[in-house]
Amino acid sequence: MCETCGCGDPELVPVEIQQSILAGNDRVAAHNREHFADAGLLAINLMGSPGSGKTALLEATATAWPHESRLGAISGDLATTRDADRLGAAGVPSLSITTGSSCHLDAELVHTALHDLDWHGLDLLFIENVGNLVCPAVYDLGQTVNVVALSVTEGEDKPLKYPVMFRKADLVLLTKTDLLPHLDVDVAAIEDGLARTMPAAAMIPVSAKTGEGITDWIAWLNRRLPTLAGAGSARTKTAAGR
Amino acid sequence: MHEYSIVQALMAQVEVEARKYRAVTVEKVELKIGELSGVEVDLLRTAFETFRERSICARASLEIEVVPARWSCPSCKELFQAGCRLQCPDCRQPAQLESGDEIVLQRIEMEAA
Repeated sequence: MCETCGCGDPELVPVEIQQSILAGNDRVAAHNREHFADAGLLAINLMGSPGSGKTALLEATATAWPHESRLGAISGDLATTRDADRLGAAGVPSLSITTGSSCHLDAELVHTALHDLDWHGLDLLFIENVGNLVCPAVYDLGQTVNVVALSVTEGEDKPLKYPVMFRKADLVLLTKTDLLPHLDVDVAAIEDGLARTMPAAAMIPVSAKTGEGITDWIAWLNRRLPTLAGAGSARTKTAAGR
Repeated sequence: MHEYSIVQALMAQVEVEARKYRAVTVEKVELKIGELSGVEVDLLRTAFETFRERSICARASLEIEVVPARWSCPSCKELFQAGCRLQCPDCRQPAQLESGDEIVLQRIEMEAA
């Protein structure tokens, strides 16, 4: 008998949980984050729509990198290993994660990939997320920073339409600026949208094609490179690619 | 979409609790979902209804409290209005999200054996 109202219904046991549903993912993400910190590695979660120019940006970054640093990448896609193949050809050791039907990377997928990629000697690890402005923002991967690629062809209202993604961005790269002369895009409107969705709004206009902004982007990354104790910022030069 | 993987994680958490209490069925699941969590409540409901069949949650009702986004200045604690620029005009500090990104399992009600 129910003790509350005396009815014949079985007793219901209420249990307070107060736990994040993504606690499992977050535990693995914290584990990844520890690995990266121990290795003095800057892990970048690079997100953006399909076709926003993420892979081309990384190719241009690898080509323009001015000093001795080791870059590596993990590329997530529903199908094909094309992104990882392109980056490998650009001299960046890369591993593909083919997610099948999953629209985002999660901490477990990244953790598994770390078993197959020789990341210990890397200074920067780019985690190129699945092209998607919605789901990737929800999952902590253990990254150091979030960077969102937003191309000039996507429309000025994207920050306002996707506040969940842009809130999490440490930096927005406005890509494909070489196309601006052919478009009626108000860049100030994009900046205004970012100011209303990103607490510390920061945007660098870039073009993988012409190289515009790539130096500023590389400087932004270099300012965030952790320095290993006793090693300063010196890194050993290695053979390009694998 | 990712609401399916969130429901799978939710079911796994509920099952752990059900085993602890040797529950026969789960009658109610209460969640807190923030407006800026990236979780779409209607899709979450659909995913829950799909995945709960043949599980201990087969008869469970799903209650979702939606938490609005609240931004404040970390310095002067002033609240920001929705749609405003996220920098405090007085302190020049970036706004801090006080609430609105929760994806939380609050409470479950189970029928114990």
